[in-house]
Amino acid sequence: MLVAKRENKALIQHAEGQSFYMRLEPMKEKLVLIGNGMAGIRTLEELLKLSPDMYEITVFGDEPHGNYNRILLSPVLAAEKTIDDIILNDRQWYADNGITLHTGKRITAINRGRRTVKAEDETEVAYDRLIISTGSSPFIIPVPGSELEGVIGFRDIQDVDEMLDAAKKYKHAVVIGGGLLGLEAADGLVKQGMEVTVVHLVDTLMERQLDSAAGALLKNSLEERGLKFLMEHETEALLGDKRVEHIRFSNGLELPADLVVMAVGIRPSIELAQSAGVYSEQGIVVNDTMQTYDPRIYAVGECAQHRNVTYGLVAPLFEQAKVCANQLAQFGIGYYKGSVTSTKLKVSGIDLFSAGEFQQSEDTEELLYQDPGRGVYKKVVIRNSRIIGSVLYGDTMDGPWYFQLMRDGIDITEMREKLLFGQGNIGDSGHSAVDQVASLPDDAEICGCNGVCKGDIVNAIIDKGLFTLDEVKLHTKAAASCGSCSGVVEQILASTVGSDFTVSPAKKPMCGCTEYTHDEARATLFKYELKDIRAVMDFMEWKTPDGCSKCRPALNYYLLCAWPGEYVDDSRSRFINERMHANIQKDGTYSVIPQMKGGMTNAAELRAIADVADKYDVPEMKVTGGQRIDLFGLRKEQLPEVWADLNTAGMISGHAYGKSLRTVKSCIGNRWCRFGTQDSVSMAVALEEMTWGSWTPHKFKMAVSGCPRNCAEATIKDLGVVGIDSGWELHVGGNGGVKVRATDLLCKVQTQAEVLEYTAAFMQLYREEAHYLDRTAPWIERVGLTYIKQRLIEDGDGRAALAKRFCISQKFAQVDPWKERVAGKDAHEFTPMVEIVDSSV
Amino acid sequence: MSDWIEIGHIDEIPRLGTRVVKSNDGDIAIFRTAQDKIHALLDKCPHKEGPLSQGIVHGDQVTCPLHEWKIQLASGEAVAPDEGCARNYRVRVKEGTIFLML
Repeated sequence: MLVAKRENKALIQHAEGQSFYMRLEPMKEKLVLIGNGMAGIRTLEELLKLSPDMYEITVFGDEPHGNYNRILLSPVLAAEKTIDDIILNDRQWYADNGITLHTGKRITAINRGRRTVKAEDETEVAYDRLIISTGSSPFIIPVPGSELEGVIGFRDIQDVDEMLDAAKKYKHAVVIGGGLLGLEAADGLVKQGMEVTVVHLVDTLMERQLDSAAGALLKNSLEERGLKFLMEHETEALLGDKRVEHIRFSNGLELPADLVVMAVGIRPSIELAQSAGVYSEQGIVVNDTMQTYDPRIYAVGECAQHRNVTYGLVAPLFEQAKVCANQLAQFGIGYYKGSVTSTKLKVSGIDLFSAGEFQQSEDTEELLYQDPGRGVYKKVVIRNSRIIGSVLYGDTMDGPWYFQLMRDGIDITEMREKLLFGQGNIGDSGHSAVDQVASLPDDAEICGCNGVCKGDIVNAIIDKGLFTLDEVKLHTKAAASCGSCSGVVEQILASTVGSDFTVSPAKKPMCGCTEYTHDEARATLFKYELKDIRAVMDFMEWKTPDGCSKCRPALNYYLLCAWPGEYVDDSRSRFINERMHANIQKDGTYSVIPQMKGGMTNAAELRAIADVADKYDVPEMKVTGGQRIDLFGLRKEQLPEVWADLNTAGMISGHAYGKSLRTVKSCIGNRWCRFGTQDSVSMAVALEEMTWGSWTPHKFKMAVSGCPRNCAEATIKDLGVVGIDSGWELHVGGNGGVKVRATDLLCKVQTQAEVLEYTAAFMQLYREEAHYLDRTAPWIERVGLTYIKQRLIEDGDGRAALAKRFCISQKFAQVDPWKERVAGKDAHEFTPMVEIVDSSV
Repeated sequence: MSDWIEIGHIDEIPRLGTRVVKSNDGDIAIFRTAQDKIHALLDKCPHKEGPLSQGIVHGDQVTCPLHEWKIQLASGEAVAPDEGCARNYRVRVKEGTIFLML
């Protein structure tokens, strides 16, 4: 006798009275989406990524198309793109994902009791969950004549068709509203050959994004392109019999007008929700999970009102979509906390960027840069040493950078004097010449690491429908290696996609395996005393069975740092270099670098290295940037023998392969140098003896110079020590890599003991608080030098405690990994499992 | 050769780990997942021939150590949007002993 143990087994009674059990598919819940636009469809896309088979999905749209990219309507009007170019999801996409699509059908009623929706043509569909994404409609000013033919908004493909049609038959167009949308419409109509007048109620164009100076510059360049403006004019009536013919203003002025485009704002479309009794104010009110007051009904996009704000730009809508999908998939982790937005006008040839607050108030400061000759205007608004807004005109290259600094709340005190000259002038040498992305030719190389040209990026954005920097990285590999071109790639994204685009969300999850950030994961494993990777992943409900190559090494490091001596290092979560204790090279062989404290060596060591090179036929050797010797071309089977020989000569691992202390470089100092003021070599050796073997979030390099001439280049190291007559200067946060950054002076001290204590404390602060794979330079830029000084200088007890924790962790870290492996540890890593070579072949 | 060849015991490969078998085709990487599934791929990433045996194994994929391509262990196919395929070999496990078909 069979017993049903699972709910999805149903008892089937057979005619002969014989009973048996049959497995049925569980009933899928029904999900209905009202509104076939960008926010709604993005929600479905995110949902399908998380739980592809969870719902039976039906979509209603009142337009006759698939989902298209509404922000690219302006280029369609300007004849730079066709409608086919801007379709994001064609009918095949709906079919491929098993989605029932009803186009051209407006939903007229939601019956919340019976949980059904009904369309104009009486089509009725039941739902278990409902998403309302009805977007918004253009606000039509209720003046006499507003119902005449030829009076339209600028919202959908139909409006564009009407404008294109009017441009063929008529001459005079009037656009009411000098905001973003109005100017884009006006520019398009001028390109279609119409005479266009823009009417605006106040004296500044785009007054919600621009101050009067930038507004005036914009007005001048648009006038040069043939637009006419009537500022501070209020529309009184539209005149005409059937079709509009004239427009009259409150001061009595009349103008001919064959086409009137109203672009004075949008109103969230909430009538449907309201008629069903779903609580709405300006928009449909939702909570942080995008749920309306009816828990079965969600609202996303322009129709939703979250924390008293409605949004009309695509970036926030996509953030909402992600949260809504996460909730629908019953992950329940995502919360929407509101968005900060930026704007870029997409009238080709005009560069304009605006974000945040830009009007002066009592507690704000303004940094201004004006060059009327070049048509460049930049304003950055600051409160408490942090950027709260920016307006850029003519040169918008640094818009995304200011925006990033603003969203991350970075203290800009250190870069204040150079801020307006752009990121290119803050140490980012080598990449500063890239200017005006839009004017670059298609074959201009953008990503030097992966050889990606501008054309490749633009094509990928258009062909694959990309919206975010992360998507571009994934598809093109641009900005996927060193990341120094991220800003330029974001610019290309902005100028290709249009007025705005999704910037990376403010809260960055560690990776795709979790919604939690580095800080959250770290705090949790510490607070709940989680002591291995499995425990962290189980406790924090990782979405993947065993993480990925991004989160596992990070968790391994955080655990190692939190529980010195207790946590057992997980070699399967280490990058290959750290697992093999050597550096993998492009042909799969390894290079070996023995430790050479302070860059000091002697004849015996050099002889031993030379012997190893002879014995193992080392094809090439090099003196490294860190004052050591690198032996190349070793096969992994050879490594334990090579290490055994080096160990015998007294040399140990130099950790040149690790996210760890690398080396302490030094100059010869006052032992020999006639300028030397201090014994830099002894200091470097003492530092390396204290710190070697320490695992850090990213590699950590030090240098000691014996006098301010600084021959050891200490001011581009993570920690640099410079000898002066009265003692030592300590410098932190330097970097000589992709993005050159000179160190910040931390303090001056007198004795070697002090140098050691400050160094230990600084390293421990970095170890405990920086994110995995953060170098000290970006970490310090994020938290601010002031904070580092508070922790290390003002708080003497705190400093001593940090230094003590560093020394405790070093007790367990200072074990030569080469010696362990010579003794047999991880032998499986170095030997093949078996050789099945058939010599007769 | 088209016979099953015994290459060793499953315990010789750590979970989420990889061992190499030397063959006339070159190195073959033998992967063991957290669920003790065994997969075999030619030890060359379809991108720039990076040794997949040296990558981090997670789920049913391995991430190449050279440029972080993700390769499906069962098929050898690169995970989209990357495109390419590492040659895969048939393996079977009988009472802990692993057999490989060349």
